[in-house]
This record gives sequence, structure tokens and C-alpha cells, in this order.
Amino acid sequence: MRVRLLDLAHARSGDKGDTANVGVIALKPEWYPLLVEDLTADRVAGHFRGLITGGVERFELPNLHALNFLLHGALDGGGTLSLKTDAQGKVYSTALLRLVFDVPDARAAALRLPSADG
Amino acid sequence: MTRIVRVASGQGFWGDWLEAPRRQVEGGPVDYLMLDYLAEVTMSILQKQKERDPNMGYARDFVGAMESVLPAVIARGVRVIANAGGVNPPACAAAIRAAAGKAGAAGKLHVGVVTGDDLLPRLDQLMADGHALAHMETGTPLASVRDRVLSANAYIGSTPIVEALRRGANVVVTGRSTDTALTMAPLRFEFGWGDTDWNRLAAGIIAGHIIECGAQCSGGNCLHDWRSIPDLANVGYPIVEGHEDGTFVVTKHPGTGGRIDVPSVSEQLVYEMGDPHSYITPDVIADFSSIRLEQAGENRVRVFGIQGRAPTDKLKVSIAYRDGYKAVGSLVYVWPDALEKAELADRVLRERLDRLGLRFDHILTEFVGASATHGRLAGDAGRNAPEVQFRIGVRGQDRAAVERFTREIVPLVLNGPPSVTGFAAGRPKVEEIVAYWPALIDKTVVQTAVEIL
Repeated sequence: MRVRLLDLAHARSGDKGDTANVGVIALKPEWYPLLVEDLTADRVAGHFRGLITGGVERFELPNLHALNFLLHGALDGGGTLSLKTDAQGKVYSTALLRLVFDVPDARAAALRLPSADG
Repeated sequence: MTRIVRVASGQGFWGDWLEAPRRQVEGGPVDYLMLDYLAEVTMSILQKQKERDPNMGYARDFVGAMESVLPAVIARGVRVIANAGGVNPPACAAAIRAAAGKAGAAGKLHVGVVTGDDLLPRLDQLMADGHALAHMETGTPLASVRDRVLSANAYIGSTPIVEALRRGANVVVTGRSTDTALTMAPLRFEFGWGDTDWNRLAAGIIAGHIIECGAQCSGGNCLHDWRSIPDLANVGYPIVEGHEDGTFVVTKHPGTGGRIDVPSVSEQLVYEMGDPHSYITPDVIADFSSIRLEQAGENRVRVFGIQGRAPTDKLKVSIAYRDGYKAVGSLVYVWPDALEKAELADRVLRERLDRLGLRFDHILTEFVGASATHGRLAGDAGRNAPEVQFRIGVRGQDRAAVERFTREIVPLVLNGPPSVTGFAAGRPKVEEIVAYWPALIDKTVVQTAVEIL
């Protein structure tokens, strides 16, 4: 089954120099292990290919059911240098929540995941 | 019943809601009001102001904020802690003493002034002594931009604020204190936490991180279930109720809008986060993976379990330097084929810049309404947008070239693609770029001082 990250998590993003951070928080604690398995740094790097110039790092916060991603080279130089509308990376959060991925039907049913296809 | 110390956040950045400080001291019991005014490049703006007038160089909004909370400070003993001093804490202190005098409260304010963070006057000596102040990300020594440096300030911690409180200050004005120290210091002072009490100091830092952005933990900018967040017009700014053991509750005054729950606090915890295991401050390294949250009543989140460890022997230094010029302008293209028209405008403009022989370090085009913030992830919906903003910016070292660029946008209204509007603001302004240079320096070379005025 296809699921949208938007239906599984909420998020907030911010900046540190030319790096944007996106914190992704599972909407239900039982969905967090799925995020840990499927929302890898590689997958997020692929999602943002062409939009960022550097790599992606991931940190786990099981206590908050959250993952923190650092997107390097995301802000056109960052801070006052940047010419971007989103110079401070405030809306990389929802850009990440656009991600759609496949979950085996049995697992999706067990976790009661909402389907991306309605 | 254990003792509770209440620290209220009244300002998340310079420019935040002017109503917030007064609402925080009038809406219910608070012991401390914490006001954060400084962002990464604020110090350089203040430095420029101080060069023009030696009595300036601090966050002037703070004077108005003090006037609005003065009755609570004098009659109810609320103490105020703010990093509003910028590059001139003594001038800031003088300004609020003058304001208190006008309000008939001369002699009732005891202003603690924290100095020692400003490294600009010492910069050449420090570099001569072998402090390279290399850029934390690129490793380039500061010498490469030394002649363009506007300001240099060490991020300082809670110790001088605690000293000011101990010596009886009811208002503490600092320069480049860390945002989090403004909250941790009063908790450390009130509960007598030791300077190696890592877990409790870390808890104070995390309390500071949660409330340093004002309403961003109490329903503001909260994505989680955002439609149901009540009464944002009347949003309540956050308050930390600290306990001696380092646990605390995040809450807000009764009758205010917004919402404090585990999701709203979680969103703020991950904001501007780097490595969560090592949130480095001058006082302590806090471990965000140790934080436990639980809902403890309506609009009350209890925070506990926090662990910390000894800090490094360095302080971070915030340096600002001149780095060329930039300008950003825009026009709005309208249905039918709004995006296609905007794309043609972009090609036309770039060809003209090229023919003029103008050279820039960087040109960036965005189509607001189609793809400006999410790029290709936004898909094709922008093809049918009723209007699209064509937004183009340049940056470079040559001011004249950037100036000329600003003259090339509005003519497109008559000599470019059709169905265009949104040019009433005229040509864009050229801005000097003040860039940020983060560096580290040995703690031993930074000595803070406290004076009570």
C-alpha cells in the first residue's frame, strides 16, 4: 500500500548556516519504527535530489518518536547570503512530508496506516 | 509542595509581538520575564548603529518592553533578563534607567550589566596571539576576511547572569548571551544548582530551548492538527514552572489562546536541532535524546529525565563581515498561462543582463505559486495557477552591477510578456550583505564582567 509521510508524521524545520534541519515526529508512537526503517538518510537524499547540494545526515530520537535530518547545502548559502524565498528553511518540513512510500499490505493493515490513494 | 520558579518568555526574536511582555507579567503569576532579542547577524546591525552614535547599539524595542512591564517589576518583584544589550549593554542599561526615571521609578531598578562578550576591540591581538578563529564549517582562517569584519562576539553562558541576580539586580541586560542561558540562569540561581550539576543545568538549557522562540511552542507555527488550535489571536506565550530537581512544566496563562501539548512542545524541541545527543552550550552539553514528555493537564506538559555532561573548553564566536551586495525583485504574471509567461520573462531578463555584460556571483529565479519553495516536488499544479510571482535575485561584489539589475525588472511590464502586474513597489533596494562567520575560541580568553547600576 502507498502511504504519504504527511499522514504519518508532523514536522518542523529550521536553519543553521547553509544547512536546513527537518525534525519529523510520528503521529502515533506505533508508527515510529516504520519511519526508522523506511525513512533512511539515503531515501531523504533521493527525495531532495537537485534541491540540495550536499549530503543528508539522520539522527534518531526514540524518546520523542522523532527523526532529525540535516540537509546540507539546502539554503543557497544560508542566512543573509541566500536569495531564496525560504532562506531559513522554514518549509523544508512540508516538502519532506510530500514523500510517498510503499508498505506491505499486511503491515499497513496491522498498523492501521491511512492509504495515500484514499 | 515543592517550590516552583516561573520563567516566562516574552520575546522570541527582535521584532516579535510587542504585546507579549506585558501580557506575560499581567496574565498570572511569574517570577522572571525572559526576552531574547538576538539572532545571528543582529550584532552586526547594532555595531553599525553604534559606529554612527556611541549611545546606540542595543535593541531599542527593549526600552518599550520595560516601560510596559515596569509596574510589575516594581510592585510585584518580577525580574527581567534580556540579551537586549547587543554591542552596548551599558547604553541599554542607561536607556532603561532613564525610562524608569521618567515613570517616577528612579532608584527602584537595579540593573545588572553583563559585558565581556565583545571581542571586536581585541580581535587583532587575539589573532596575533594565534587564535585563528577559523570558520567552523570551511576551516578558513578569519584573516581572509579580517578587513571586512563588522562585529565579533563570544556566546556567553549563565554564570554572569547568576552573579548579577545574586548581587540584587532586578533587571539583567547582557550582550551575546546564549538564548538558552536567559532561562537557565534564574533556575540555577533560585535553586542553587552547582556548576557541575550537569543534569539539572542541561534541564535548564532545554527549558530555555523550548521557550526561547516564544509562542512557537504554544501553538504558533504548529503544524500538528493546526486547524484545531484555539484563539491564536489571543495566543499565550509559554511559561516554564521549574522545580529544584530539574524537572519542569511548560504552560501558559489561563484564558489565553494557543495550545501546549506533547506535539506542540515536540515540534519546538526539534527546531534548529543539530546532533541531538550533543547540544553544546558554554555551561553544559545537553542530550535531547534523554528528554521525556508527558501531558500533565490541559495546556501543561511535564518535562523530565534530562541528562547532561561537561561542556567543551571552547566558546562559539559569532562574527559578521561584509560580503558584497544583493537585490531581489518580482513581478506577477496572471492567467492564462501565468507560469509560461513568467518563464519567458525570466529568459528575456537574463538575456538583457547578459548583453549588458553584468556579472554576478549568483542569479536565482523562483516562481512563487508554482515551485519557489518545494521545487520539482511541487509537481505540475503550477501550470494551471491563476497567478505566478516571478521572483529573481542577484548577488555579487560589484555594487554598480547589482544596482543596474534593479533597473531591468520594471521595464518588463511594457516591453516583456503580457498579463503582468504587481510592480507598484517600484525597483528593489540594493542591500549590503552582512554574512555570518561562526568560529570557536578558548574559553580562558573570554572574561565576563558584571556591574550593577
